[in-house]
Amino acid sequence: MKDAKSQAGKPGKQGALNAEIQSRIGHQLRAMYDDVVRQGVPDRFAELIRKLDTSAPPPQVEDAGDTNDGRE
Amino acid sequence: MPLTDSLRDDILASVPSLRAFAISLSGNGDRADDLVQETLLRALANIDSFQPGSNLPAWLFTILRNLFRSDYRKRRREVEDADGSYAKTLKTQPAQSAHLEFEEFRAALEKLPQDQREALILVGASGFSYEDAAAICGCAVGTIKSRVNRARSKLSALLYVDGAEDFGPDETVRAVIGGSGG
Repeated sequence: MKDAKSQAGKPGKQGALNAEIQSRIGHQLRAMYDDVVRQGVPDRFAELIRKLDTSAPPPQVEDAGDTNDGRE
Repeated sequence: MPLTDSLRDDILASVPSLRAFAISLSGNGDRADDLVQETLLRALANIDSFQPGSNLPAWLFTILRNLFRSDYRKRRREVEDADGSYAKTLKTQPAQSAHLEFEEFRAALEKLPQDQREALILVGASGFSYEDAAAICGCAVGTIKSRVNRARSKLSALLYVDGAEDFGPDETVRAVIGGSGG
């Protein structure tokens, strides 16, 4: 069994303790982040992109020949 | 490039991580979603300036970060997350003790200087390379590395060490030390 107190007192073990803490921090950071990622795409944003998409000209109709008329 | 179906799908696929980034930056769910919305609008309005084949998530994260920065300058941290509005954005509440630990972590994260916090999140949570993170933040790779390192040691000091010699037979400490060792 590990004894935290004596470990922390020895400089040699300090690094190991530090590594544990750093891995712990990394784990918590990702857990926090992934909690939100797992929520997926809220309707509000799916809707937003869909709406903007229909107001733009559909990309398939671009075979009308000369599309470079300098509009953009 | 024009907004093709596949580009639109890719943008949509980036929304979850954009939200996670926005929430980690702002510590506030509602404000984060406003940021994401503004990011999407701006991205779609400027879609012509996106280089096909380049890193779309990095491009979107850059927009979001810049919006957050300008917004932040305006607000000057007037709004703080007083009682865990971040936690309210979570659909599943973690178990009691884990929840407490989670809150402590979030609070510690918010104490970091903004530069360090964003660097740590981009590299440690979003999974960007140091190079991508540097591009997103508009700084040198070495700067990102040192910000990440400083963020880590500061978090470690805030969360676990009030001087390592204070480590006693406390449950949290045991969990920290024995946590992943097994």
